[in-house]
Amino acid sequence: MSNKLTNILVPVISVILGLLVGAIVMLVSGYDPVQGYIALWEGIFGDMFTIGGTIRQITPYILAGLAVAFAFRTGLFNIGVEGQLIMGWLAAAYVGYAFELPAIIHLPLAILAAALAGALWAFIPGLLKAKLQVHEVIVTIMMNYIALHVANAVIQSISDSGEKTPMIHESASLRSTFLDTLTDYSRMHYGIVIALIMVVIMWFILEKTKRGFELKAVGFNQNASEYAGMNVKSNIILAMVISGAFAGLAGAMEALGTFGNITVQAGFTGIGFDGIAVALLGANAPFGVLLGAILFGALKFGSLNMPNVGIPVEIVSIIIALVIFFVASGYIIRVLLERLSKKKEAK
Amino acid sequence: MKKRKFGLALSVVLAAGTLLGACGSKDDTTKGDKEDNFSLAMVTDLGGVDDKSFNQSAWEGIQKFGKDNGMKKGDGGYDYLQSASSSEYNTNLTNMNRRNFDLIFGVGYLMADAVKEVADQKPDTNFSIIDATVDAPNVASILFKEQEGAFLAGVAAASVTKSNKIGFVGGIDIPVINRFHAGFVEGVKAVNPDIKVDVQYTGAFDKAELGKTTANRMFTTGVDVIFHAAGATGNGVFTEAKERKAKDPNANVWVIGVDADQYKEGQVNDKTNVTLTSVMKRVDVAVQDVAKQAKEGKFPGGETLVYGLSDNGMALADSHGAISDETMKKIDDFAKQIADGTIKVPEKVEKKK
Repeated sequence: MSNKLTNILVPVISVILGLLVGAIVMLVSGYDPVQGYIALWEGIFGDMFTIGGTIRQITPYILAGLAVAFAFRTGLFNIGVEGQLIMGWLAAAYVGYAFELPAIIHLPLAILAAALAGALWAFIPGLLKAKLQVHEVIVTIMMNYIALHVANAVIQSISDSGEKTPMIHESASLRSTFLDTLTDYSRMHYGIVIALIMVVIMWFILEKTKRGFELKAVGFNQNASEYAGMNVKSNIILAMVISGAFAGLAGAMEALGTFGNITVQAGFTGIGFDGIAVALLGANAPFGVLLGAILFGALKFGSLNMPNVGIPVEIVSIIIALVIFFVASGYIIRVLLERLSKKKEAK
Repeated sequence: MKKRKFGLALSVVLAAGTLLGACGSKDDTTKGDKEDNFSLAMVTDLGGVDDKSFNQSAWEGIQKFGKDNGMKKGDGGYDYLQSASSSEYNTNLTNMNRRNFDLIFGVGYLMADAVKEVADQKPDTNFSIIDATVDAPNVASILFKEQEGAFLAGVAAASVTKSNKIGFVGGIDIPVINRFHAGFVEGVKAVNPDIKVDVQYTGAFDKAELGKTTANRMFTTGVDVIFHAAGATGNGVFTEAKERKAKDPNANVWVIGVDADQYKEGQVNDKTNVTLTSVMKRVDVAVQDVAKQAKEGKFPGGETLVYGLSDNGMALADSHGAISDETMKKIDDFAKQIADGTIKVPEKVEKKK
């Protein structure tokens, strides 16, 4: 079997397997799987509203996935995407309402602020890792909690002990009346364009620039890179900063697109953690991340329609988890396929 | 091979059947006259409909209203959707609107923005928000005078304390919880101004372990009654109190529950229970009241309805004998004075500066 064919077959088979096991779960618990999957399908592609909602859900996943993937490619495990996203969200929401500027300056400024905030939040673990060899996993996890509670405190102080910031001005918004009428107020926004551009930018940095080559080299082998004359420390910091900037942009999508403000959060949004799964699904490649985010976002948004036909949220979560489980364990299917094709060749 | 084809055909038929079936039912609901075919739905915030708190209470109210009016769960009757994250509020509300429900409740202050947004987009549907105010002609806002119920709890707590130290465990520092806090402190003061109230906000509604450590600290420093207004975080307060009571059956430890009657939460064994009483926020009463008005065509759109002691929106739960008759009389007395306006309970705690 050709390599290309296997590459396409593996994810397809994984999704089908996941759906099959999900169907069994629904059958066993007394729900109609056909009805359930039709609801899932309609929840993703049913009409303009659901398509818009699916795209909106995919947008932050792309950026969070890119953030994790970029760090991964440079040998770093950035679990702090969640915290960097919250800081980006806060920064964009603040710039969005605190300044009154023409849209052509305001919107880029708010987006830039989010990227900077995310980058700054990732700079700290990067610096600690480079200078003091503190493991980035520990630092980034802890930075998540700091981000959550710092953001909550800031929101409460700027909104005078309320629980949310004022809405951003129109000039900083990614939403448009055109998209709202087209998709029946699905809250879809132009952030998807930014996310897609970032996919290309990440590919460009990693594959087409000298810096990108150095970053990847540091990821493969720090000692060899140092021996080759690269500055390992500055590369580690730079990798974290770029990763954090992607995460901050994901936050900007929430601030300037979906919500228009930031509310006191009782817990994490989960987007940053889902970003880890998205990056793994996409094999840490920019375009792979895009596909991973599409799958993840579509399942996540489409599944919201399943309770509408009477399937409880808990069952829905199990089914979605199963699909992702099978996709993530694609390696097993790959081995099976290779065995099968070898047998055929032997005959 | 034949078998496989048969299977395929079967699933196609099934799929077509469900699709067509879905179309049919949709037509039915749009055809029906809205007046005699009233339907209602709710969307939860992050807690589910089994959160032992206001989501559950709201759902119970909707179920009761549905049964009283001979409605069925599902399209054209009554139903709910649960939200797992804040980005889902909007989608869930819109989904309920697309299923043609006449009145849609958003439960919890967290949903205020989403309700406002969807209500503006769908001016023909009636919405209602609980625990927040939304300014739109098709939204009825439901608020509670939490401070009134909490005041009575404060009176009860001040009457059973022996150490003259009482605790208050709050969730997130927001207006709703501040009202509980202010009323409780005021009630304690009304009985004995020398009692110290130890106030602690945990910053979360879903962290039982935080509630437990907070309660542990309070009990250790001599507090013997804790009132929690912290959702699931408060479950940790109950756990800590029960552990202490199990170790030493003579210990004077009490917990006052919130939102619903939390008597069951305080059960140590067959004989002992640490729940003194609960400050019940009758979301179910409010939901049924608004639903009734809407069904009669008198939906209070654009208005803010405030439920308190006088209209059964707030109440103290049965203490199962934990509160003496003498204290009960005192509480009833205060309740009357609050209900007729003789006593005005403040909504906010004066901040020490």
